[in-house]
Order: sequence, then C-alpha cells, then structure tokens
Amino acid sequence: MNPSDVMPIGDYLSGLAGGLLIGSAAALLILLNGRIAGISGILGGLLQAEKGDKMWRALFVLGLLTAPFIYRFAFGLPAVTIDAGTVELIIAGLLVGLGTRYASGCTSGHGVCGISRGSIRSLAATLTFMAAGFITVYLTRHVLGL
Amino acid sequence: MLSISAFFVGLLFGFGLILSGMTDPAKVIGFLDLAGAWNPTLAFVMGGAIVVGSAGFALAKKRQRSVLGAPMQLPKATQLDKRLLLGSLAFGVGWGIAGFCPGPAIVSAAAGQPKAWLFVAAMLAGMALYSFIESRGK
Repeated sequence: MNPSDVMPIGDYLSGLAGGLLIGSAAALLILLNGRIAGISGILGGLLQAEKGDKMWRALFVLGLLTAPFIYRFAFGLPAVTIDAGTVELIIAGLLVGLGTRYASGCTSGHGVCGISRGSIRSLAATLTFMAAGFITVYLTRHVLGL
Repeated sequence: MLSISAFFVGLLFGFGLILSGMTDPAKVIGFLDLAGAWNPTLAFVMGGAIVVGSAGFALAKKRQRSVLGAPMQLPKATQLDKRLLLGSLAFGVGWGIAGFCPGPAIVSAAAGQPKAWLFVAAMLAGMALYSFIESRGK
C-alpha cells in the first residue's frame, strides 16, 4: 500500500498552502479596501436592492470566477467528487444561501476573517455551523445511509 | 483602484480555494465525517488562513483608513442572537448535505461543474429570498 493512501501528507500540505493564500487574500482585502473577505456577504450585497457599493463586489466575484481558468491553464484543476444528487443540491443551496445571510457570514467571513480578528460572535457562528455539519454528515452517512 | 485590488484579491482567494482542495466537496464532507474516514485537510486550510489573517487584521485595527484610502469597515456587532445562531445552524446543515460553502461553490461553478451550477443557483435564490423577506419587513 502506498503511504499516501494512509496519510495524504500532500493533501495536508496543499491545504496549508491554500489556507495561507486564503488568509493573505483576507488580509489584503481589509488592508487595501477596508473590507471583510466574506463570500456570502460580498455576494449578498450584489443581490440587495440598494444602489452603490457594488463595483468592488462584482470585481471580487469576477476574480473568483477567473481563478479556475488561470489555474487550469497553469497547473490543471484537481479532480473533484460531488456525491450530492439534484434534490440534495437544491435543498443544500437554499439552506446555505438563507443561512449565511441571516448569520451575516459563512466559512470565510466568520470562520477565517472573524476568528482572525478575535470576534466571539464569529467564533460562535463557526462552532455552530461546524457542529451542524458534523451532525448532518453523521445522520446522512451513518444513520440514513444516503 | 478599489475595484482593481478587489479583482486581484478575489483571484488570489480563488487560487487558495483550489490549491487547498476545498473545491472538492468529498474533502469537506471527509472533514465533517468524524465517524468515517476522517480527513483533517480543512483544519489545515483554516489554520493556515487564520495565522496570516490574524496578522493582517492586527495591522488593520491600527488604521483609520485602508492603504488605498477607503474607510475601514470592521464589523461592530457583538451580540449572539437568534439570527446568528439559527442562520449558522441552517448553513451548517446545507454545508453537510452538499459539502459546498459559498466560495468553493462559486469557483467550482466557474470550473464547469454542472452540479455546482445547480447548487449556486439555489444558493443565490436563498440569498435573494433573504433580501426579499428583509425588505418586506421595513
């Protein structure tokens, strides 16, 4: 057996390196633009009826959308596995959209930026969505057997 | 200028998401699956991001305005209310079902994953529903 099958060190290292890039992006957005790099907040602001303040959000999202094209050209995109079916994807998407807006943040806004700036509120949000994720996966994978 | 910096920061954020493996829902669900073949990659991603992020926010807190002259818009809310906790609960359930959170879903959709298109469409509908409900209450 290949050692990487037991302990995917490469996964951890690329995870850490990717995390450093994500943290750098969060640091740069607050230092350059004075803004929190929270994806749900940036997207949500684009969907609000109020005018103004939309240009930087649109360009940030355009950057996110451009990333896989450049990455594919430079390194090739890593393979991904999406197990969820159509109904699950729709339910999950609605929950993530509604939930992150009510909570004013997601993994990036609360989990990365909020914890980085020492916010108790963001720590509470992160512990809550992680606990909900742990329980959901336990139920779907080990109780319901989906 | 603020738009140009936002574009390049978004690009960097996207590279980080792809390199970290977080655009693969199987890795995310592998982290959330404590009773299965647990995959701690997500903890390395968060750890790496928070180390650099903490340095960035420590510098940011000392400034009145950003390097490019924009006002520093640090969140002021501190209360742990029902909206925060129930919203996070709903988000966590959806995250556990599909293995996608907003950033990776957007990047995967742009990478041409039809399942991510569906997820993102539902997510944007959920966000629009929030805006609709909130604007009605005013």
